[in-house]
Amino acid sequence: MPLEQNQAFATAFARGLLDPTRPAPPDVTGRDGRSAGRRYDVYRNNVTVSLIEALAAIYPAVQRITGPDFFRAMARCHIRKSLPTSPLLFDYGRDFPAFIESYEHARELPWLADVARIERGWLDAYHARDAAPLSPAQLAAVAPDRLADLVFMPHPAAGIVRSHFSAVTIFAANRDTAPVERIDGSTPEDALITRAEFDVTVRHLPPGGAIFAASLMSGRPLGEAAASALDAAPDFDLASNIAGLIEAGAFTSIAFGDAG
Amino acid sequence: MATKTNASTAVPLRFPAPIGGVAGTSFKPEHLAAILEAGRQRGFFEVHAENYMGAGGPPHRALEAIRRDHPLSLHGVCMSIGGPQPLDKAHLARFRSLVARYQPALVSEHLAWSTHETSFFNDLLPLPYTEATLRCVCDHIDEVQEAIRRPILLENPSTYVAFRGSTMSETDFIRGVAQRTGCGLLLDVNNVFVSAANHGFSALDYLADFPLSHVAEIHLAGHAEQADDDGALLLIDSHDGPVADAVWTLFEIVIGRRGPVPTLIEWDSKIPDWPVLQAEAAAAQVILDRGASSTLPADRHAA
Repeated sequence: MPLEQNQAFATAFARGLLDPTRPAPPDVTGRDGRSAGRRYDVYRNNVTVSLIEALAAIYPAVQRITGPDFFRAMARCHIRKSLPTSPLLFDYGRDFPAFIESYEHARELPWLADVARIERGWLDAYHARDAAPLSPAQLAAVAPDRLADLVFMPHPAAGIVRSHFSAVTIFAANRDTAPVERIDGSTPEDALITRAEFDVTVRHLPPGGAIFAASLMSGRPLGEAAASALDAAPDFDLASNIAGLIEAGAFTSIAFGDAG
Repeated sequence: MATKTNASTAVPLRFPAPIGGVAGTSFKPEHLAAILEAGRQRGFFEVHAENYMGAGGPPHRALEAIRRDHPLSLHGVCMSIGGPQPLDKAHLARFRSLVARYQPALVSEHLAWSTHETSFFNDLLPLPYTEATLRCVCDHIDEVQEAIRRPILLENPSTYVAFRGSTMSETDFIRGVAQRTGCGLLLDVNNVFVSAANHGFSALDYLADFPLSHVAEIHLAGHAEQADDDGALLLIDSHDGPVADAVWTLFEIVIGRRGPVPTLIEWDSKIPDWPVLQAEAAAAQVILDRGASSTLPADRHAA
């Protein structure tokens, strides 16, 4: 069999896997040469259901909020537009939050995409490279007049999600199995996601905290990061924010920005 | 860090000695605490390689804890060995790193494909059995074995459809792969039973024709029942329940002919509490131990 023909079986088989309107490929059969029909549907079903389950495993709070039927319909729609391109399923669904934002049936849940962004960040933190977090003693050893020039190396598991909605509160309430009280979704909330050791934690950052943390994590020195945070939130408390980030395990080490 | 000049140099050549006729189970993270509490036990654990391809975090901690006291079987699901396109080099490199890091007693993959062009379908898809696909599968297995510097075990599939273009039987195809590449075989007895029911052949005939002397691991699992368009029974390889009685019978026949080999109870969804899975493994161990005492040496390599 020539090479093109060898390729052809997979091309023909793959073509209908996500398109239920297509018939089974002509070269596959059921028993005794009969049409494949429902037998090919087993593969279609395996593909779609397993990928819906993969998304449900990554986005359990989104599923709890929407209910399983709504979630499965939304996930199926996403899968048809965006199949995984890697065999690592924990990498799948990075564009699912953006899809949720554009999904017309989810318009009444404007915070849902940000809850999904926190869940995506949670899984990235879970699988991130292990690293020892910065200890408070290392910071305490820095001379006060040099603090402004200090730069912080972000921990591989650290991430920030900013939301115009109460995404952190909604996320936290729905990652649990306890009954959810009524939540006012309209308060802007920013999340800090970290995994210093074993457990991923999601913290609600105070006003100015996300700008501060993001500035530090992008390599800007402490003095500049503090100035940006104070611009955004005049009552920004530098000492408690820096202590909170270190306690959360957001960094691995410090250095002087002007040293090199 | 040592610089890597090619695919092979980073992997140490040593790997654990054969583990013999022991029964093992799929390792599921929800069972970790119960397993660690029980301490070192006879048996082994099998994991899907792809679940441990993240950079760090709890999955690696759990696998390290399991590996400390037990032999490990690394079961790849997504290499797409049966597909016509070249293997994903990045995926092969990740697989090689896992083999080097955990030094598993057994390493296996599937006679199936899951990636086409850039899409990953997350299912074990079937292929026609022809001289062209045989060459392609052999090239892929050569590439994997060259990368990890040891033979893999190739698993027979469960299938729901056949290809008009096939020119040889599945057993001839698998025998050809084993002979040309030197790979071992993972005989999934449930897959044989499922495919036999779905295609209307005899599972016993299939096993009689299967190159048993190359088998270095066995899989047992549960399946589900559906119907096809003609109302005929269609078995689904669901891995979501206990091993069926008929599959236990086939397993006993295989062990009687082949002698004991590492045997895995596969259970991947609707996962029960640890004691239930452990009891299935204990049932397999009874058959393996009986096989060890009754198999005639002359029969062992007869296949």
